[in-house]
Amino acid sequence: MRGLTGILAFRLAQAAGVALVVGVMSFLMIQAMPGDAAYRIAAARYGYDMVSSQAADAVRAELNLDAGALAQFGGWIADLLRFDLGRSVVSGEPVAHEIAHQLGATLHLSVVALLIALLIGPPLGVLAGLRAGGLLDRVLLVAAAGLRAMPQFLLGLVLIVALAVEAGLLPSAGHGRAAHVVLPALTLALGLAAGSARIARDLMAGIAASQHYAFARMKGLSDGQVLRHHGLRNIAAPLLTYLGLQFVFLAEGVVVVETIFGWPGIGHALIHAVFHRDVPMVQGTALVMGLGFVVLNALIDLAAGRIDPRGVTA
Amino acid sequence: MIRSALLAVTAALCPLTALADDQTLDIAAPFELKGLDPALSGDIFLRLEIAETLVDSDAKGRLRPGLATEWTTSEDGLEWRFRIREGVAFHDGTMLDAAAAAISLNHARSHEGLLSRAPITDIRADGADLVVALSEPFAILPAFLAEYRSQILAPASYGPDGEVVALIGTGAFRTTEVSPPQTLAAERFEDYWDGAARIPALRYTAVTRSETRALMAESGDAELVVTLDPASVTRLSELEDLEVVSAPLPRVLMLKVDAASPFFDSAAEREALSMAIDRAGLAQVVLRYDASADQMFPPNMDGWHDAALPPLSYDPEAARALLEQAGWTPGDDGIMQKDGQRFAVELVTYPDRPELPLTATVLQQLFHDIGVDIRIVSSNSSEIPARHAAGTLQMGLMARNFALVPDPTGTLLQDYAPGGDWGAMGWDNPEAAQLIRRMASEGATPGDRARIAAIFRQDLPVIPIAWYQQTAAISDRVEGITLDPYERGFGLARAGFVE
Repeated sequence: MRGLTGILAFRLAQAAGVALVVGVMSFLMIQAMPGDAAYRIAAARYGYDMVSSQAADAVRAELNLDAGALAQFGGWIADLLRFDLGRSVVSGEPVAHEIAHQLGATLHLSVVALLIALLIGPPLGVLAGLRAGGLLDRVLLVAAAGLRAMPQFLLGLVLIVALAVEAGLLPSAGHGRAAHVVLPALTLALGLAAGSARIARDLMAGIAASQHYAFARMKGLSDGQVLRHHGLRNIAAPLLTYLGLQFVFLAEGVVVVETIFGWPGIGHALIHAVFHRDVPMVQGTALVMGLGFVVLNALIDLAAGRIDPRGVTA
Repeated sequence: MIRSALLAVTAALCPLTALADDQTLDIAAPFELKGLDPALSGDIFLRLEIAETLVDSDAKGRLRPGLATEWTTSEDGLEWRFRIREGVAFHDGTMLDAAAAAISLNHARSHEGLLSRAPITDIRADGADLVVALSEPFAILPAFLAEYRSQILAPASYGPDGEVVALIGTGAFRTTEVSPPQTLAAERFEDYWDGAARIPALRYTAVTRSETRALMAESGDAELVVTLDPASVTRLSELEDLEVVSAPLPRVLMLKVDAASPFFDSAAEREALSMAIDRAGLAQVVLRYDASADQMFPPNMDGWHDAALPPLSYDPEAARALLEQAGWTPGDDGIMQKDGQRFAVELVTYPDRPELPLTATVLQQLFHDIGVDIRIVSSNSSEIPARHAAGTLQMGLMARNFALVPDPTGTLLQDYAPGGDWGAMGWDNPEAAQLIRRMASEGATPGDRARIAAIFRQDLPVIPIAWYQQTAAISDRVEGITLDPYERGFGLARAGFVE
């Protein structure tokens, strides 16, 4: 089990590094943004009709913004060491509480999107890869390129118009009912499926053309048996690693998709926190997303190791 | 494997949530929930009829009894007494009394806001009355108490540190879920003092993108969709199962200028800018309804709008002539110059209201035609007060609501006596400042209001461009929903589903 301990120790060190880099970078970026933070926070809290110099002065005094950037950053690090992410300067709620709420919504959306993507992408990719150059392969290439190239903003609106407005099958936007997740998840899933279908297709085509695959068929195994015993397992490990990388695509996607569909997730919250100069929320959200990436990669590494015990070096 | 994946998808789709419900009124609006404190999201609580104020106002902005049944002021105007309505229950079952009202108003007063700026020295309960003591007469106090930040919550709403920890109001609907920033659910409050509502439940969703809101109206996912973008109004109007309604608002699209800067320090220069604006064309193209402002106050502001005033007109030739009279001469590049200085200024605006940056680009063209060069800075709404305070604002394009307090005098007092973040800048007109202050302390006569309108028309401390309309799409499944020009509500307590 030294390998496992080694992986965990490495990942823990990586997590600490990510926390520090994310914290410093998000703090520096917010500091570099133009405008007076007290005014921006006042506008976020009270809206454009109510933001005024008096409101900004009150915010400045309440949050002690005059203490300077270094003091604020020091305070954030000190809080972090006590596992305290602070409070949102806009809502006054604890950041951990807000993130827990939003992360739940985003995870829900992401899990459904990934499942839909897995149902669509890899099976189609494998089928196309088995007959590389066939009709399905060519159609899939065009469809995958198209879906991947289409901005999620546009894809989301197209899906709303087609499935909610015209067909009346699904609710267009909102949150709270079970069916609300389908359209935003599908918007994310189509992009993800396009990518994983191409990867699965290339892997499958490579394996189907390999000598060991030909040998398995020669020894008399049926197509299904060959695929199950010699095909799927071989493509599973690299495909899984690829899906881990897709987390970046997903994280980027939720920012857009959550805003279009009114989904109260972490991407939506991050955008707002940046606009509102809500430094504790930006740092907390970025930290959670960064650590999530580390955890996910650690899990993928472990899973890939189980599937292919020879050791993943790539 | 595929079967188990399908099962997983199904399981993920159903995370313990209720199914769509025909008895819930779904509302979609752009306003996000910030928190429980009325200072943050009280406007939403007021519109959804969850919380109420002591003083209410009708569709014309006239004050009427709310949680207070009547109010009187002492001879010297330094003490106001509000008689608290009897038999009003909070959503937690406790009864409203003057002591509870005092707690809420003192909470509001202890935070930066309208009440903290009023000349109030004390708010206390005295038997069935709420007593407000003042340091100087303040006739518009009842209007201040109608504003959303003055809403009354139950004493149990406030935690040990005085912050709002629960939303316990007196309104027709009681919250069942508040999940900032997007969702609020409420159910009918059976013990509402003015008779229980017809609609069993509400669900409010904040959706910031106007395209999405319009699609929610079109697909029937929201029975009431508030604030439509101009393009969607045209499209939704053609649909059969919903109605697009609009109501004029006392909100004005206007250009704020630094009247102390060499560019705008004479009324003639400000008039020239005003004459360069093709308001009718701009309203038609950008706002897509005829809403050009020919004076500051829109017609629905009774007593403030004066039909006899000379209208603001479009005449670029006359505008150039006015600038030349003011000492500006066209330079080689066509831009006006005076004492070696080009007429080149920065215009600050913000995209929170999508029509503002669009309007700015149209103005850039129109001003260029009279030799005025504009550089547009589309930033955050707070840049206007921030640059006003720093004295660096040259021009600001903004939308100002005169009915933040139901009595426009409250807004004028902040903005034009003599200036303010969202009003005049560098403007020196002692008559207007004195008049507004007197209206605030002693009350206004119709003559006072007309005089203010006339001064604004003549002196143009800010340049009005268009009057706003509030738009909404209402499903034909519901009846009785109304748009209030003062943006206080939708008449939800009286609305119902069509049988």
